[in-house]
Amino acid sequence: MTTVAATHDHAHDHHDADHHLGFFARWFMSTNHKDIGTLYLIFAILAGIIGGAISGMMRAELAQPGIQYLTTWAAMVEGEGASIDQAYHLWNVLITAHGLIMVFFMVMPALIGGFGNWFIPIMIGAPDMAFPRMNNVSFWLLVPAFILLLGSAFVPGGTGLGAGTGWTVYAPLSTYGSQGPAVDMAIFSLHLAGASSIMGAINFITTIFNMRAPGMTLHKMPLFVWSVLVTAFLLLLALPVLAAAITMLLTDRNFGTTFFDPAGGGDPVLYQHLFWFFGHPEVYIMILPGFGIVSQIISTFSKKPIFGYLGMAYAMVAIGVVGFVVWAHHMFTTGLDVNTKMYFTAATMVIAVPTGIKIFSWIATMWGGSIRFTVPMVWSLGFIFMFTVGGVTGVVLANGGVDNYMHDTYYVVAHFHYVLSLGAVFSLFGGFTYWFAKMSGRHLNEFLGHLHFWVFFLGVNIIFFPMHFLGLQGMPRRYPDYPDAFAYWNEIASIGYAIMAGSMVIFFVNIAYAFLAGRKAEGNYWGEGATTLEWTLSSPPPFHQFETLPKID
Amino acid sequence: MNKLRSALFAIGLVLAPAVAMAQGTPAAPAPVAAAPAPVAAAPAPTADSAAATPAAEQAKPEAPMALVPVDGIGQPVNGKLGIQPQVTVNGERAQWFHDAILLPVITVISLFVLGLLLWVIVRYRRAANPVASKTSHNTLIEIAWTLIPVIILVVIAIPSISLLAAQYKPAGKDAVTIKVIGHQWYWSYEYPDHGDFEIVSNMLPDAEAAKRGEPRLLAVDNRLVVPVGTEIKAIVTSEDVIHSFAVPAFWTKMDAVPGRLNEVTFKVEKEGLYYGQCSELCGARHAFMPIAVEVVSKENFAKWVAAKGGKMPGAEAVAAPAATPAPAVTPTAAPAAAPAEGANETAPAAPAANTKA
Repeated sequence: MTTVAATHDHAHDHHDADHHLGFFARWFMSTNHKDIGTLYLIFAILAGIIGGAISGMMRAELAQPGIQYLTTWAAMVEGEGASIDQAYHLWNVLITAHGLIMVFFMVMPALIGGFGNWFIPIMIGAPDMAFPRMNNVSFWLLVPAFILLLGSAFVPGGTGLGAGTGWTVYAPLSTYGSQGPAVDMAIFSLHLAGASSIMGAINFITTIFNMRAPGMTLHKMPLFVWSVLVTAFLLLLALPVLAAAITMLLTDRNFGTTFFDPAGGGDPVLYQHLFWFFGHPEVYIMILPGFGIVSQIISTFSKKPIFGYLGMAYAMVAIGVVGFVVWAHHMFTTGLDVNTKMYFTAATMVIAVPTGIKIFSWIATMWGGSIRFTVPMVWSLGFIFMFTVGGVTGVVLANGGVDNYMHDTYYVVAHFHYVLSLGAVFSLFGGFTYWFAKMSGRHLNEFLGHLHFWVFFLGVNIIFFPMHFLGLQGMPRRYPDYPDAFAYWNEIASIGYAIMAGSMVIFFVNIAYAFLAGRKAEGNYWGEGATTLEWTLSSPPPFHQFETLPKID
Repeated sequence: MNKLRSALFAIGLVLAPAVAMAQGTPAAPAPVAAAPAPVAAAPAPTADSAAATPAAEQAKPEAPMALVPVDGIGQPVNGKLGIQPQVTVNGERAQWFHDAILLPVITVISLFVLGLLLWVIVRYRRAANPVASKTSHNTLIEIAWTLIPVIILVVIAIPSISLLAAQYKPAGKDAVTIKVIGHQWYWSYEYPDHGDFEIVSNMLPDAEAAKRGEPRLLAVDNRLVVPVGTEIKAIVTSEDVIHSFAVPAFWTKMDAVPGRLNEVTFKVEKEGLYYGQCSELCGARHAFMPIAVEVVSKENFAKWVAAKGGKMPGAEAVAAPAATPAPAVTPTAAPAAAPAEGANETAPAAPAANTKA
């Protein structure tokens, strides 16, 4: 396939186009999907640094039994004379912030806002998103949302400063259990982030349904587009439920309602149903775009079309649909009746089937291929295996009778970090290294990329694999201190964190290298195998692409 | 093919619970084989209490000697890989399900996927296979990798569903009812069948725990004491935020939700001391409200009850906790009365849940 500057008659116009806009107009008032995608990526990287630093604080504290650092940190935020309870509360603030930041401000903005914005219009042959201004609103709502969340750490939230409710914000700990404005700020932050995502979802659905180039039927769309389409529907259906739940929290907290307060006839478990009706689709929201990215990468570097394309696309649809009817497996110990638990056990296990189809189809795509082990490809291979490990422990946890033991232990922490930290994040790095030169016009260093992968791979596995053992021995989640018998594996996990953190230094050095000295990238720098429309454009693509729509045969 | 697929899902879904329920009641033979090591550890505490028995004075009720923890039983072990040894029948059964079915299945699947990956990496690398095939469909293999996982899941689902059924078998008439109440940040236990006395259980400071030879952050000042070989019906609730009553060695975890009475039943087969920890985020000292359950012989339980000023149901009080009301509280009446004390609960006759460990 040859590289075509699709805007042939304006081959050089894009230079002018960027330069017509001043810095402020271009980056703060943008209606350009690529610029907004770039903003999302920068935002996600910054949020990822903060969220990752918080996990570093957590691993440092957990490296040994006893409280080593929390009292010092508490004294830094609360002032000298901070009580030990305030130190413990700070721990809860850290775990809450880590969870919310990684979910709402790192993974989602990067996968959907970043790569989705950048490549969905290009892959379907559209000049831009359907609602470019709404696209800009989506991004700029995230900024105040993030500021509110970070700011909440410095206002009273009960025992100490900050919201210490966990990312799940369970009532009544989040209502009468947390006095002060911190939880209100965190809730409002989620409202804004939710509104941002809903608008993004509407934008993607409209774009994908209405702006495909001639010939680009639904069944010809690249799988990344399919994955974002399914994700957008999940967002659209799940987020309003979260918004409702946290609005009820707000009114319970401030206006005397008792939705979740038994003293007024409410029920705390109702909150959990509402939260997880959102929360479970949310975990697929975080992983489905990753599925899409991995599919593109595997196909490109195997030089083969995706094996079982329709099965792959509809497996994602099936995961999305079934993902809405399994939520109570997060609530197996809340006192559900036996029939409910049996249903949710069975329904949850069903999800393993479409997931298995995807795993095997990726392997079948590589089967018979001519595989090049580029940096994005090794991330994708790592993704497949690590996601499998996280997936099978999910099957263990799906069993309500077994979950009595595992629930809220480190086994669960290990499970969801295998699917997210080693699943979603691997797909993020895969996508980043796959498209970086397309977005920036400059190549990353191949050696540094591989080095980053291997060190990161080693690090995260050393962090999270021992957590299975901790969970099986019964270590509960969200503990700043633990009985001495959990010391061994915790220390190993903290060593793993240090390795992982080192790998991130390599990553940032690599980005700096690319901008300072990176080779200039041609249009289709991956060559044969890279068949989607973004490879028909220059790198970086023109400011406005496809002014003449491409025709797909 | 999609129709075929969904039909099979449906059949699997419908059949799995039905089959499992049908065979739910008879005791599963398999867990017996999996009975783990703890037998060896049991004698130590028993010997203690046996020695104490004859010496006990008849006139004044005296609590039996507190049990001391045994390494590896009822508490985690540093650097260990597996599940804590189980001391309830359902716990052993669940552990067997995990160790003998789930763990091998997930290990084999993970290794299978890893093997396939390594194979394609080696066999289909560019150097070994310069020209890629264009295969993108194979109906047979696609049906296979849909159906085989379904079969594996059904194989998992049948014992899983019957395990659930066993865990939810309601407690019998002889069960001892205790109320477990979570507070920020301690547990309290009430014995409605035994004169309704209350035990307040706070974590011991590190130094005190060390002095008593108990693990840090697990030791408490007043333990929950229950008789061995007896079904314990725990009514779990909370007076503030949600907590979770968890004892890994019993395979028991039940959330303490304000306004709800959650019921969980466990029957411990071995005397001993078993630790657990609060398992639902409940605020600043979430990590510092452990649970310690002391499982003693029935005789020692009666003595302990007497020492606490309570009395065994249907029996005269050993000591003289004031004038005993004439009609002894029957075990069935007591639990029915107990829920009335909690605020706002749902119908006491039908607790939200009913789990048996």
